Amino acid sequence: MRVLIPKSKPSKGAVGKTGLWRTSKPVVNHDKCIKCVICWAFCPETTIFRFQDNSVDIDYEYCKGCGVCANECPVNAIEMVED
Amino acid sequence: MTSIKQLPYEEYFLAGNGSCPGCGLTIGLRNVLKALGKEVYMVVPASCSSVVQSPFPNSSATVPLLNTPFAASAAAASGMVRALKVMGRDSVVMVWAGDGGTFDIGLATVSGAAERNEDLLYICYDNEAYMNTGGHRSSATPLGTFTGTTPTGKRENKKNIPLIMAAHGIPYVATASIAFITDLYDKILKAKDMKGFRYIQIFSPCTPGWLLPTEKSVESAKLAVQTGMYPLFEIENGIFKISAPSKAYLKKEKRKPLTDYFKLQGRFKHLKEEDIKLIEKWVDEISEEYASMDGKKVV
Repeated sequence: MRVLIPKSKPSKGAVGKTGLWRTSKPVVNHDKCIKCVICWAFCPETTIFRFQDNSVDIDYEYCKGCGVCANECPVNAIEMVED
Repeated sequence: MTSIKQLPYEEYFLAGNGSCPGCGLTIGLRNVLKALGKEVYMVVPASCSSVVQSPFPNSSATVPLLNTPFAASAAAASGMVRALKVMGRDSVVMVWAGDGGTFDIGLATVSGAAERNEDLLYICYDNEAYMNTGGHRSSATPLGTFTGTTPTGKRENKKNIPLIMAAHGIPYVATASIAFITDLYDKILKAKDMKGFRYIQIFSPCTPGWLLPTEKSVESAKLAVQTGMYPLFEIENGIFKISAPSKAYLKKEKRKPLTDYFKLQGRFKHLKEEDIKLIEKWVDEISEEYASMDGKKVV
């Protein structure tokens, strides 16, 4: 007898391309950025990449546009722009 | 103490999950998993987390995870701990439950596992209502809050579960907040290396349930600590200690006004002056109580 176990496998975008949910997107001003990586630590969606030199980049494929990064940025280097 | 830049790069909870924009749960879970690393087995009862991981056949969690019915989480985890012991594996078993699954429905098995001092890490992310089913009141909902089942404001106050758990005589109890991520990270690291039942409660805002703008979730969690609504502390082997983020706010004159916290959230919009006074009285009482307990053996 074959027994089927309802077992899920880890994958990125498990509910689809969540970037389609957003109405505005965060844009990083790299000249203003002080590389504190606060936005990376507080991103609820794991969509902010942190590089070895602590600069950041945003994965727009999955970013839901919540705006937490822009709100938490101490130097206002992230701006929410209509998408 | 860890700084934000010292947090590890590895991610164990993947992008494209089913959480709402600005969700406090995923901020917490991401950083908790960073602290615990790969060698962890998760148990999740019915809650937002079971939805956030996404539907079959995909999952956003990269660690082994067992979904259980509402009341069974701590019991299932107890079984897992024993099975891993038989297999000779030295891994952490973590329960990641909501406040409904801890304060109300799951309390029987949580209390049972704590009484047996099972070697597991129990984490409750506290969003102060049954948010997954549409925001009904739970016993974690604070006084005066609007929820689907308390349209004129809740008449009872929040149950103090951390102290109830401490009364079981377990080695570690702590409260943390997603706004103070390094404090949370350090508490998880400390709990990871301990043996026995460890209980950590994480304050995690819910943007749709609290009628909160999505970008304000971390800000409101920070204000909850700064206004004294959610004091952060740890009880290690019975000794009570106020955590660093909360230390300054035990004194009334240092605390921010409660209205700063209330005005961000739609669930407190209906509050009248006398309601706020009542909540303020409770905050004063609990802060004084905690200030008097600081550094002393309480259990």
